[in-house]
Amino acid sequence: MGAYLRPRRLEEALLALDRPHVVLAGGTDFYPARVGRAIEEDVLDIGALAALRGISAVAGGWRLGATTTWSELVEADLPPLFDGLKQAAREVGGRQIQNVGTLAGNLCNASPAADGVPCLLALDAEVEVASRTGARRLALGQFITGPRRTALKPGELVVALHVPRPAHPTRSAFLKLGARRYLVISIAMAAATVEIADDRIAAARVAVGACSAVAQRLPALEAALAGARVDRSLADRVDPAHFTPLAPIDDVRGSASYRSDAVLVLLRRLLTSIAS
Amino acid sequence: MKVAFTLNGTATVWRGLPVTRLAAALRDDLGLTGTKVGCDAGDCGACTVLLDDRQVCACLVAMGQVEGRTVETVENLERSDGGLARLQEAFLAHGAAQCGICTPGMLMAAEDLLRRTRQPGRAEIEEALGGVLCRCTGYGKIIEAVLAASQQPMVRLSPPAGAAVGARMVRVDGHAKVTGRDLFGADAVPDDALWIRVVRSPHARARFELGDLGALRHRLAAVLTAADVPFNGFGIYPDIKDQPVLAAGIVRYRGEAVLALVGDRATVLSIGDDEVPIRWTPEAPVMGIDAATAAGASLVQADKPRNLLLDGGVRRGDVATAFAGCAAIVEGLFETAFVEHAYIEPEAGWARRVGDRIEIHVTTQTPYMDRDEIANVMRLSPDSVRIVPTACGGGFGGKLDLSVQPLVALAAWRLKRPVACVYTRPESMAATTKRHPARIAAKFGCDAAGKLVACDVRATFDTGAYASWGPTVANRVPVHAMGPYAVPHVRTWGEAFFTNGPPAGAFRGFGVPQAAIAHEAMMDALADRLDIDRLEFRHRNALRAGDTTATGQVLAHSAGLAQCLDALRPHWRRAHDEVAAFNAASGARRRGVGIGCMWYGIGNTSMSNPSRIRIGLSPSGELTLYNGAVDIGQGSNTILTQIAADALGLPAGQFVLVAGDTDRTADAGKTSASRQTFVSGKAAERAGHDLRRQILRLANAGSDATLSLEGTRITVRDGAEVRTIDLAATGPLTAEGTFDPPTTALDADGQGVPYATYAFAAQIATVEVDLELGTVKVLRIVAAHDVGRAINPTLVEGQIEGGIAQGLGLALMEEFLPERTENLHDYLIPTVGDVPEIDCILIEDAEPLGPSGAKGVGEPGLVPTAPAILGAVHHATGVRAMRVPLLPHRLHEAIVAAKGKRA
Ligand SMILES: Cc1cc2nc3c(=O)[nH]c(=O)nc-3n(C[C@H](O)[C@H](O)[C@H](O)COP(=O)(O)OP(=O)(O)OC[C@H]3O[C@@H](n4cnc5c(N)ncnc54)[C@H](O)[C@@H]3O)c2cc1C
Ligand code: FES
Ligand code: FES
Repeated sequence: MGAYLRPRRLEEALLALDRPHVVLAGGTDFYPARVGRAIEEDVLDIGALAALRGISAVAGGWRLGATTTWSELVEADLPPLFDGLKQAAREVGGRQIQNVGTLAGNLCNASPAADGVPCLLALDAEVEVASRTGARRLALGQFITGPRRTALKPGELVVALHVPRPAHPTRSAFLKLGARRYLVISIAMAAATVEIADDRIAAARVAVGACSAVAQRLPALEAALAGARVDRSLADRVDPAHFTPLAPIDDVRGSASYRSDAVLVLLRRLLTSIAS
Repeated sequence: MKVAFTLNGTATVWRGLPVTRLAAALRDDLGLTGTKVGCDAGDCGACTVLLDDRQVCACLVAMGQVEGRTVETVENLERSDGGLARLQEAFLAHGAAQCGICTPGMLMAAEDLLRRTRQPGRAEIEEALGGVLCRCTGYGKIIEAVLAASQQPMVRLSPPAGAAVGARMVRVDGHAKVTGRDLFGADAVPDDALWIRVVRSPHARARFELGDLGALRHRLAAVLTAADVPFNGFGIYPDIKDQPVLAAGIVRYRGEAVLALVGDRATVLSIGDDEVPIRWTPEAPVMGIDAATAAGASLVQADKPRNLLLDGGVRRGDVATAFAGCAAIVEGLFETAFVEHAYIEPEAGWARRVGDRIEIHVTTQTPYMDRDEIANVMRLSPDSVRIVPTACGGGFGGKLDLSVQPLVALAAWRLKRPVACVYTRPESMAATTKRHPARIAAKFGCDAAGKLVACDVRATFDTGAYASWGPTVANRVPVHAMGPYAVPHVRTWGEAFFTNGPPAGAFRGFGVPQAAIAHEAMMDALADRLDIDRLEFRHRNALRAGDTTATGQVLAHSAGLAQCLDALRPHWRRAHDEVAAFNAASGARRRGVGIGCMWYGIGNTSMSNPSRIRIGLSPSGELTLYNGAVDIGQGSNTILTQIAADALGLPAGQFVLVAGDTDRTADAGKTSASRQTFVSGKAAERAGHDLRRQILRLANAGSDATLSLEGTRITVRDGAEVRTIDLAATGPLTAEGTFDPPTTALDADGQGVPYATYAFAAQIATVEVDLELGTVKVLRIVAAHDVGRAINPTLVEGQIEGGIAQGLGLALMEEFLPERTENLHDYLIPTVGDVPEIDCILIEDAEPLGPSGAKGVGEPGLVPTAPAILGAVHHATGVRAMRVPLLPHRLHEAIVAAKGKRA
C-alpha cells in the first residue's frame, strides 16, 4: 500500500517530493485513470496547502493559486480579462467537476483537450513551479511539452499561475465545440484575448485547443488582428492560412478536416462576440 | 488512517486507507448504499453527494480530503420526523424516478441548487443537473419535479377501490427509490463475501494458452477457468448455447471472459492483468458485415458456415410486377452502429450456496431464464437454483443475457462462501451485448395518388461473436420493416452474421429502430417526390383496424396510427409555421421539422410467452401480489398492482408486493418486447378476477358487490346486504391468472400471426442545425402513442420520454467502438441539456385482449424518434443521413458535399 500525505505547509510538501509521489489535487483526472484497480502509488494530496489556494491581485497582474477550483474562479470578482476563462470554467464537466477540479490540475494533466489551456495561453499565463531547490516561472507554452507531458521536473510542484495585467482595456472570450451539452470533451475550442486602444486592437492573443497535441497560439492571426478596428469585420480577418501551428487528427469525436473547418467557424464567432 | 468528519449531521470517524474513494467508504464501510456508483470516473454523477454544501462526485474524492469537512448523502434528505422532503415528494409525484439508480445523485444535485436558488428556472435546473446522467426518464419529469419542489407541496394520490387503472398513482416502489433505500445489485453484498475480478481478452480474436496458475491460486481462494464450468455454453435459444462462460483456448471478441479471480476484494483488485500468465496468439479479427460476408472470410465460429447466424423473411404479393407499375420509386441504403445500453447500474450480483441449492441475488430482467440457464451451466436441476432479483438499475435489453450470474454461482458453489461480482464501467461496456449494427437496403414504390404499392427491404445485421438475441432481431425485423403501413406487395429479408465484434443482443426495439430509420426515410422521399405533405402521406397509408398486414394477419382492433397522426396534425402545422418564420431570417442556423411513425408487435415473435401471476390473501389479512415480472424501472410493479386491484375491487394501496424471486413467484416471463403490461398485466387481471370470484362465492354475493378489507375481515356489500368474511377463520385464499398471447408460427413466406397486438406511434421533431458546424439541437418532440389504454399515464409518459432520449442518442451521438469508447466520456449519451421538452399525447384505441384494453409502450417510445429527427435535419438542410449516429463531423461533411453538388 502506498503512502498518503496531506501536508499543510508547502515546505513539507516539497520535502516529501524528494521521493516520487503522485500529486493529488481535485482528483478528477487522478481517479478516472484508476478505475477497477487498487491504488498503490504514494500520493501527495496538495489540498490542504494554504500557499496554493486563492486568487489575488498582485503587482503586475493576478496570481491564481494552483488549487483554485473552476467554481472558485467563476465566483471570483475579476475583470473582463477573465471572462473567457470563466466561460471555459462553466464548460468543464458538470458542477461536480467544477467544484473540485483545479486549474493547475488541468494544466498538469496536459490533455490536448484541456479547456483551460487555450484560455490561459490567450492570457499569456505563466506557471510558477517550486521545488526544494527553489522556484521558477515558465510561460504556459513552455510548461506543456506534449500530450500528457509537462516540463515539471522530479521534485517540482505547480504553486500558482500568473496572469499579467494587460496594458489596455481588454476583452476575452472562449468557445467550445462538443457533441453534447454537458460533460463533454471538446472536439475543438478557441480562446481569444484582445487589448483595445482607440477602438482598435492593440494586441491580440488567440489560441486553439484539441486541434494539435498541445493547444497552440496562432501568431499569424494575432498579427493580422493587430491594429484592426473592433467591429463586425474582425471575423473576416481569420484565414485558414493562420492555422499552420495546428495539426488536427481523426478520432472518435471528429475528423481532422472537420476540425479545421470548425476552427475557422469558432474563431470567426469568437471574434464576432468580442466585437459586439 | 483515521478520518474525522461530519456525515449527515453526525460526527463520524472512519478508518482506512486515505486514498479510498468517498463513495466506497460510504457504501462499503459506513453502510450508506444510497450513494450509487455507476462509473467511478466522474462521468455519470450517480455518486453525487454534498461536500461542504456543494455537489461533488463521491467517486472522485479521497477520504483523506474529507477530514474535518461535512458530507451529506441522500439518506440525509428525509425530514427529522421521518417524512419525505418536498423534493423527494416531488420526485415521487412526478414520476422522476424510474429505475432509481440515478435518483440519489439527481436529488443531491437538485438539493445543491435549491439551497442556493429558491425558485430556479428550467435553465438553472439544467445547469445544476448537467453532471448526472439518467438513462431512463429523458429528464423531463426530473425537471418538472425540481420545478415543483420549489413550489407548492404535493398531494399524493392514492386511488380508491376500482379507480386504480388510469390513475397517476405514484410508483409502489417509489419511496425506496427516492430515499436511497432501494437495494440494487451491488448494494447488499454480504460482508463475508469473496469477490471476483474477471480477466478479459484484450484481443478481438486470439488463441491463448494459460500458463502456470499456481502462484495466483496461492494468493487467491480460487482461479476459475473454462475447465471449472460443467457445461461451458450459454445462450438465449435452447439450441444455440454458443457463448462460453469462460473462454476455452480461443476468444472471439475484445472483453470476452477468460478467467475469474476469486478472493478477498482488495487482493483481486490488486492483481493486474500483467500478472496473469496467458500466452496470446492474436489473429486477424473479422470486423463488420463486409468482412464477415467476404468470399473466403475466416469463420468466427467454426461450425457456422458463411458466418451466417440466421436469415428469413416475409413475402406477400408480387413485388417485381408491382414495382413496374409504380408512379414513384425510391431507394436507400442505411447504416447504423453498435449502440451500448449504458444503464447507469453496471452488472452486479452475488451468490451463496444453501445446502444443495444455489441462490443468486442479481440485477436482471429475466429471473426465470437466468434460473434455467444457470441450472444448465452448472448441471443442476432448475429447482436447485433460486434467483432473487435485486432492484434493477436499468436494463433496456442488456440484462436479459447472463453476466455475473454463472461466475458468482460457480465460485460460491465450489467455495461454499458468498461470492460477489460487480462489473466496472469499462468492463460492462466491453463485455456485454450491444444493439446490432445494421445495413438496410430499402426500396419503396407508390401509385400516383400516394398509396404504397410495393416494398423490398433487406436488413443485414452484425450479430457480433455470439448469437445472444440475434435470431430475435433477425426474425422481428422482416415483420416490421415495411413500417406501419398497408403495403400489398412486400418482400423483406433479415439476416445476421457473426463477426469478432461484441455480441449484439437485445436492445429496446430488437432491430426495429434501425429498420424504422430506413422505412421512414423512404416515406419522406416518396411524399416529397409526389409533393404530398409528409404527415398526410403517412396518414393515407397507415394500417387501420380491418387491414391485412404483410404477414397476412387481419388487424381486428386497436390500430391507432391514423388517430396518432390526426392528433399530431395541428402540432405539425404549427411547427412548420414556426420553422418557416425562423428560417426567413437566414443565418448559420436553420430549423426543420420531421416525422416518424412506427408499429411494434407486443411480446415474442410467433412464440409462446406466457405469464403467470398469483395473488394471496393471508389469514392475517395481508394482500400480496406475487409478481414474477421484474420491474427494471418501467413500472410493472405499479401497473400490475393497479390492474390487479381493480380486477379484485380493493384499493391498490392495500397490496404488498413480492417481486421476481423464483422461489416465491410464478414465471411471468422476461421483461422485454414491451410485454409486461399486456401479458403479465392480463395475467394479473385474471388473478384479480379469480380472487374476487372466490371472495364473492364465500360471501354468496353477486358480481356487482363491493369489497373492503380491514384487518382480517373482508366486508362484501351487495346492494343493501353486507356480509363479512373473517380470513382468520376461512384460512388463506390464493388466486392465479395466466395469459399467453395468441400467435401462430410464420410459414416459409413469413405468413401467419406473429403477435397478438401491436402498438402504434408517431412523433414530430423540430430541430435546429448549425450549418457551419454540423451540430443538431433538438428543440421539441411531440409524441402521439396508441397504447390501448394508459394504465398509469405518468408511467406511460415516462416510458415514451425515456425512449425518446435513447432515440435521440441513436440518431445523433451514440456509437460504440470496441477499445475506443468503453467509458461514459468517450461514449456519449444524452444529458439533461440534450433532451428537449416533450409533449406526450396518449391515444387509447383499446385492445380487447389486453388488461383494460392496454398494450405495451416500453420500446415504442424509442422507435420513431431517430426517424423524426433525421427527417427534420433533412427538412432543414436537404441532407439525408445514410449513416447514424449523425455526428457533427458527418453532417458537416454531408452539408459541404451537398453544397458542392449544387454549386
Ligand atoms: C466527468 C469529467 C468531466 C471533465 N470535463 C472536462 C472538460 O470539460 N474540460 C477539461 O478541460 N477537463 C475536463 N475534465 C478533466 C479534469 O476535471 C480537469 O482537467 C481538472 O481541472 C483537473 O484538475 P484536478 O485538480 O481534478 O486534477 P487531479 O486529478 O487532482 O490531477 C491531475 C494531474 O495533475 C497533477 N497535478 C495536479 N495539481 C498539480 C500541481 N499543483 N503540481 C503538479 N502536479 C499537479 C496530478 O498529479 C495529476 O497527474 C473532466 C473530468 C471528469 C471526471
Ligand atoms: S460513480 Fe461517480 S460519477 Fe459515476
Ligand atoms: S431513473 Fe435515471 S437512470 Fe434509471
